[in-house]
Amino acid sequence: MEKRELTCIGCPLGCGITVTLDGGKIVDVTGNTCEKGDIYARKEVTNPTRIVTTTVRVSGGQAPMINVKTKSDIPKSKIFECVAALKGVTVPAPVKIGDVILKDAAGTGVDIVAAGNVEKLA
Amino acid sequence: MKTYDLIIIGGGPAGLAAAVSARDSGIESILILERDKNLGGILNQCIHNGFGLHTFKEELTGPEYAARFIEQVKERGIEYKLNTMVMDITPEKVVTVMNREDGLQQLQAKAIILAMGCRERPRGALNIPGYRPAGIYSAGTAQRLVNMEGVMPGKEVVILGSGDIGLIMARRMTLEGAKVKVVAELMPYSGGLKRNIVQCLDDFGIPLKLSHTVVDIEGKNRVEAVTIAEVGPDRKPIPGTEERYTCDTLLLSVGLIPENELSRSAGVELSPVTSGPVVNDGLETNVDGIFACGNVLHVHDLVDFVSQEAAAAGRNAAKYIQGAFDQNARRVRICAEGGVRYTVPSYVRPSEIGDMLTVRFRVGDVYKNHAIAVYFDDQQISRRSRKVMAPGEMEQVILTGKQLSQYPDLQKITIRIEEA
Amino acid sequence: MFDTVIIGAGVTGSAIARELSRYQARILVVEREEDVCCGTSKANSAIVHAGFDAEPGSLKAEMNVKGNRMMDQIAQELDVPFKRNGSIVVCTKDQDPAGLEKLAERGRANGVPTQILSREALLEKEPNLADDVTCGLFAPTGGIVCPFELTMGFAENAVMNGAQFSLNTQVRSIEKSENGWRLTVYHRDTQQEETIETKTVVNAAGVYADEFNNMVSAHKMHITARKGEYILLDKTAGKHVSSTIFQLPTAMGKGVLVTPTVHGNLLVGPTAVDVDDKEAVNTTPAGLEAVQTVSARSVRNVPLRQVITSFAGLRAHEDGDDFIIAQAQDAPGFVNAAGIESPGLSSAPAIGVRAAQIIRDILHLTLKDNFNPIRKAVLRPSSLSLEERNELIRRNPAYGNIICRCEMITEGEIMDAIHRPLGARSLDGVKRRTRAGMGRCQAGFCTPRTMEILEREVPMSVFEVGKNGIGSNLVVGINKEV
Repeated sequence: MEKRELTCIGCPLGCGITVTLDGGKIVDVTGNTCEKGDIYARKEVTNPTRIVTTTVRVSGGQAPMINVKTKSDIPKSKIFECVAALKGVTVPAPVKIGDVILKDAAGTGVDIVAAGNVEKLA
Repeated sequence: MKTYDLIIIGGGPAGLAAAVSARDSGIESILILERDKNLGGILNQCIHNGFGLHTFKEELTGPEYAARFIEQVKERGIEYKLNTMVMDITPEKVVTVMNREDGLQQLQAKAIILAMGCRERPRGALNIPGYRPAGIYSAGTAQRLVNMEGVMPGKEVVILGSGDIGLIMARRMTLEGAKVKVVAELMPYSGGLKRNIVQCLDDFGIPLKLSHTVVDIEGKNRVEAVTIAEVGPDRKPIPGTEERYTCDTLLLSVGLIPENELSRSAGVELSPVTSGPVVNDGLETNVDGIFACGNVLHVHDLVDFVSQEAAAAGRNAAKYIQGAFDQNARRVRICAEGGVRYTVPSYVRPSEIGDMLTVRFRVGDVYKNHAIAVYFDDQQISRRSRKVMAPGEMEQVILTGKQLSQYPDLQKITIRIEEA
Repeated sequence: MFDTVIIGAGVTGSAIARELSRYQARILVVEREEDVCCGTSKANSAIVHAGFDAEPGSLKAEMNVKGNRMMDQIAQELDVPFKRNGSIVVCTKDQDPAGLEKLAERGRANGVPTQILSREALLEKEPNLADDVTCGLFAPTGGIVCPFELTMGFAENAVMNGAQFSLNTQVRSIEKSENGWRLTVYHRDTQQEETIETKTVVNAAGVYADEFNNMVSAHKMHITARKGEYILLDKTAGKHVSSTIFQLPTAMGKGVLVTPTVHGNLLVGPTAVDVDDKEAVNTTPAGLEAVQTVSARSVRNVPLRQVITSFAGLRAHEDGDDFIIAQAQDAPGFVNAAGIESPGLSSAPAIGVRAAQIIRDILHLTLKDNFNPIRKAVLRPSSLSLEERNELIRRNPAYGNIICRCEMITEGEIMDAIHRPLGARSLDGVKRRTRAGMGRCQAGFCTPRTMEILEREVPMSVFEVGKNGIGSNLVVGINKEV
């Protein structure tokens, strides 16, 4: 039996939730005060995911940087690999929201897309 | 002197939403004045996601959220000036502006919406002792450097203050290659959202030390070390609890204050609690035809609420310009008591609120299993239990026109936190 | 071969350089820091003392009174903000008013007019005096000045008149040579050593003056660094008092002063604690606490919520408790301007003249006929009319671009600060010349913008842009590559 301690992010209450696992299977969730906590804890223990946001350099643009994000959430364990995959990447202006910056980041199957706009230097 | 019906000071989320709603309420002559080189305000440097859940039912980054409003402003052909600083506003609504192209100019407005946002409290406000080397930044300044300029203010970081910007920057600095050693928070609770504590600190194993503050900064040219110590209930450091962290950077996320220089120059009455204007339900200040919304009025937790509030300010300013805003209608004061630090608005004109009015406020401490109670004079009108309330998050109560119409002689509305 | 090398570009060294630049002489000022005005001169009370306080007959008294009288002309010539706001020493309930009488007596001996006023008369001038104040000594000739501008005014005017400055230059040794003195200096920026020959040396090295004196003279000097901590309040608090309010000293100490600054802030301090480390310009919990509590003895309700920054400075206290402005007896051509603690800022104009005369007499210098006493400060658009300002922006659009939103400082002013003689090379250099970053947000807003201007105008790389010179770089690398 393995016990995992989590803090619920559902509301400011921040319940301390204990999830008990048996061979990777959830056998018990305690400490939560509502159903949101239960759902959060189960997801967080079995398949925690995050949206990753960062920036890459722009050439010939009105700004030196463009902010980017993973198009959907990726496994939490891949956060650093995703950011590392963008090291040294420079994209030419113009860049528009939704433009694909990097396909299939770090083998997640998720693209990294622009999450802002940078116009070309006049 | 060039004249506009409505001049909006600030092209961030508040100014943009106010402009859109004023135009949709029939005002043609609108000018937005923005000091930065882009519309969007501080959202442009808030590249993390989580914006817009209430407004758009999806999680956007700051620039994406801003872009949606910028698009609406452009679609409507609303005039705006970038790189333009507002130097002064008079009570007569003469706005003095300056930029490189037009020089120093005076503009006359029929109505003004203040939407300048807020600024960060500096180190001095906290009297943090120690040296004054390079490497001490407010979290927002570091955010601009990292996210917009692409340069790193440091490699090894201590953060004081667990407001949301501080938490967000802990993650940003970590992802870009810095080591964040600790986040210290003076209060026994965090000023930030729970989700930010989990996703910005816990995800990366960054410790959060509540009831701690910085008691020394070392380094003559560049920060070399920071010492933090635990504080007692009086918030004074407890001798013997000092812990020294070698680092080259100290980020401060120790609170936000409305930008109030222009409000002051316009003769606007300010609240000693929020440092923002005192307004009625129409978001009008004590100065005829000057309205306020967004973080210049009170610091918000979510941008969605800024947009809502700003849209209301835009509608009310439009009414004012159209001669349909009755600022002389009888007004009733809202008293913030028993744990409620302030309310926005501070006054209600019962005849003018229509169906309902959202009153927003913050509490002064963490309250578990308490209730928000509303009194009309001495009579309790509503009471809503809350599992938890914290200073980092805004609370609200809804007043309805129907309720108010039943109390024609109402003198005072009181909102207070009570034990459940 | 220089006629004179001045060690230290604080207000004393700079004033001496300016006065010497009236003469036909080759003058070099060497300064360890990246800029002028980086030591005691940048962190003090910014007060021009009336001169009643110093012991009659002392050099402090003489220099203070002379310096005070010269200040109007100096301020006008060098375009330095200066105001005679008057000063008041207050006496409280538990104190003997005879203490004020004693100060008035000293004032008479020093030739400084003062007047003892009742509580009622004081309240007419200063409604925020503490409830316990019973009476006070008013000195109408007391004033306030901008110490940065005063130092830079002297230094820039010296440069205009031919003096050279070598910044980032540390003096490592001083030896007697055939024709005078040989200095070995280390250039901290290029990391090169250099030997400099000079006929005379002026030692204006502040808290380090004893070290240089002791290199050449058997008459040893001993200087203690005396720390003073201050808090600076926002301009919204600047009218809390209009005069400079001193406290009558008690057994507990000299007390602290509360004063407006020439730029409209409120300044409270200093403490006085002797420290071993001559670099210890750190503030301390006890010091900041003391400044706040002690100020309440003279002024009530100081709006401490309006504090925007705190800082500490070190005064150069010599054991003899007086200024030393003289040629070292056993080292001909080596002139000390040492032990310049309070009232050093007030005395600077007079010290400049006195030290320059000593050098003149040693070298038999003759006056130039083309000395230009006029220096203009960084142009302040806020002092212009709307029409003038628009004309300025038409000629140079940078004056239409606000960089510091608290003090409303334009890009044009920052460019001026960078390109003038001894121009700014760091954020603090820009701040001291323009006030950009000096306001209530303490450079939170303008830091990235000022960095960009320094990068472009100096020019320098973003990684070289510092807060205050070598080792104070503001950024350490680019994203993902630190």
